[in-house]
Amino acid sequence: MSVLIFIDNAGDHIRKASQEVLSYGAKVAEQLGTTAEGIILGTVTYDLTTLGKYGVKKIHQVKDESLNQLDTQVYTKVIAQVAEATGAQVLIFSNNVDGKAIAPRLSARLKAGLVSGAVALPDTTEGFVVRKNVFSGKAFADIAVNTAIKIVSLSPNAYKIVTGDGTAEVVNFNATVETSKIKVTSVTKASGEILLTEAEIVVSAGRGLKGPENWGMVEELAKVLHAATACSRPVADAHWRPHNEHVGQTGYAIAPNLYIAIGISGAIQHLAGVNRSKVIVVINKDPEAPFFKAADYGIVGDAFEIIPKFTAAITKMKG
Amino acid sequence: MKILVCISKTPDTTAKIAFTDNNTKFDVNGVQWIINPYDEWYALVRAIELKEADASTVIHLITVGGPDADPIIRKALALGGDEAIRVNAESSDSYFIAMQIAAIVKQGAYDLVLAGKETIDYNGSSIGGMISELSDYPYVALATKFELAGTKATITREIEGGEEVCEAALPLTVSCQKGMAEARIPNMRGIMAARTKPLKVVEPITADTLTRVAGFVLPPAKAGVKLVPADNVEELVRLLHEEAKAI
Ligand SMILES: Cc1cc2nc3c(=O)[nH]c(=O)nc-3n(C[C@H](O)[C@H](O)[C@H](O)COP(=O)(O)OP(=O)(O)OC[C@H]3O[C@@H](n4cnc5c(N)ncnc54)[C@H](O)[C@@H]3O)c2cc1C
Ligand SMILES: Nc1ncnc2c1ncn2[C@@H]1O[C@H](COP(=O)(O)O)[C@@H](O)[C@H]1O
Repeated sequence: MSVLIFIDNAGDHIRKASQEVLSYGAKVAEQLGTTAEGIILGTVTYDLTTLGKYGVKKIHQVKDESLNQLDTQVYTKVIAQVAEATGAQVLIFSNNVDGKAIAPRLSARLKAGLVSGAVALPDTTEGFVVRKNVFSGKAFADIAVNTAIKIVSLSPNAYKIVTGDGTAEVVNFNATVETSKIKVTSVTKASGEILLTEAEIVVSAGRGLKGPENWGMVEELAKVLHAATACSRPVADAHWRPHNEHVGQTGYAIAPNLYIAIGISGAIQHLAGVNRSKVIVVINKDPEAPFFKAADYGIVGDAFEIIPKFTAAITKMKG
Repeated sequence: MKILVCISKTPDTTAKIAFTDNNTKFDVNGVQWIINPYDEWYALVRAIELKEADASTVIHLITVGGPDADPIIRKALALGGDEAIRVNAESSDSYFIAMQIAAIVKQGAYDLVLAGKETIDYNGSSIGGMISELSDYPYVALATKFELAGTKATITREIEGGEEVCEAALPLTVSCQKGMAEARIPNMRGIMAARTKPLKVVEPITADTLTRVAGFVLPPAKAGVKLVPADNVEELVRLLHEEAKAI
């Protein structure tokens, strides 16, 4: 019996999403009176024993370099071997890009019920019930899992990272690894930037900004806040901003601590991607803009005047 | 080449979300149904484009649902596609749905199975991966581009904080998102043609359900917006720092 937590292999660092699932998984293990163990596929350049601080006792590493590339077919078979050997009762993933690719496959292979996009710890008083996002953040559903093995994939930014002072034992797991049928030919990474889906603060702007040439001040505001930048769909469609900044129903769904929306009307399809933000600030010149109804704080006014003042006030506050 | 496109029916993006029966059922009263946007704009339209490039391509559509899914699948046929299959079953369990689709994949020996990135009601992002495992196909999730040369596919997919290009041979399952294709509107000819295209209704195979919806919950209502005058941005910063503790 154990809770097995999947750690994304990001090579030289541990992703925020992985820190969240480790913290979450450790708590689930405590709830179930069992131990939390991690699993990582491929090789990394940092010391895995340090991940013990998130509450895992042991980390199973399948040290095969071919696993540094994600192929869900190969990964699923390897994770299934580790799950079987460790008697994993609950498997935990982040509901990020990697988790969305792997967890469902594994669910079908192990015939283990999957709750994807969990936002809370499981309720184990009667069975195993996990709350998840549905209707693009407009509601939650409580999903009861009927199977002996359960899989939960946790929404990014839904669980607070907890650290202590443990160290983990790293064990090498000898798994049968198949040859991948997918060949990766090129990788493009936006390096050094804050990942939109993991960001604590997001500064987002819409058509109210008039044109791409006006984004300098948005970026400055984001910079003083250590925030990621986002935009509404028409802005991405018009190529004012890259499409990987597009949030909403058809773009990214994010849940930062703070979402600052500037010159965005607040259409329902936009809200669908941002309504799980903990605090929403809206800056719009139209007092009737629907976004104000979803906001916690707002300023009715001209973005071009307010953004520079906002940046200055934050810089001053941070001293 | 034979392509299977997975089509699901979802409430319109502006639908009011409410629940009945002691918060265990979605309130369908007054709800407009649409083809799940990812299935329509990206999976289906890309399949149609592949057929336009190679006329020997055959496109089948599949939906798992009750008779009320028929108008949706007809609308999908109006955009393009040769025939549709509806597996006559209602279920909220992804595994059950994937088992039905996988059975059709096996029977039809499809070269390419296209699904949407996620349904906008259930937000599972699960069916594509599950079908792949059940049919033992390689799976490329969250694709933004798909090109085909013979039986070799070149696909761009999202990775954490970026994208990568990969190559794979058919058969293959791909889940599709923004970038794959541009939305289209069905034309009159398509709508007329869809009326006579075959829509086969088949009964479900026996399959287990692994999960069950125990209930729905609406998020707590917002307290209302606190407006700060435009000439006092410092006050907003103070509130965000001291009251909301967000910066
Ligand atoms: C199926 C479907 C899916 C969709 N998916 C998405 C999605 O994922 N994401 C998304 O964002 N949209 C999506 N949309 C589009 C959505 O409905 C809206 O059209 C879009 O969000 C509007 O973008 P916007 O707010 O930037 O622009 P607008 O609606 O044009 O709003 C601009 C706002 O800026 C304000 N403004 C103008 N000048 C200033 C100024 N100087 N200072 C301050 N404020 C100013 C205006 O008052 C206005 O409120 C979708 C639509 C459909 C039908
Ligand atoms: N009932 C269904 N019938 C056919 N395809 C479906 C069904 N439900 C989901 N899909 C497909 O699977 C994708 C992902 O759905 P989901 O895992 O529910 O988010 C959708 O975009 C559809 O392409």
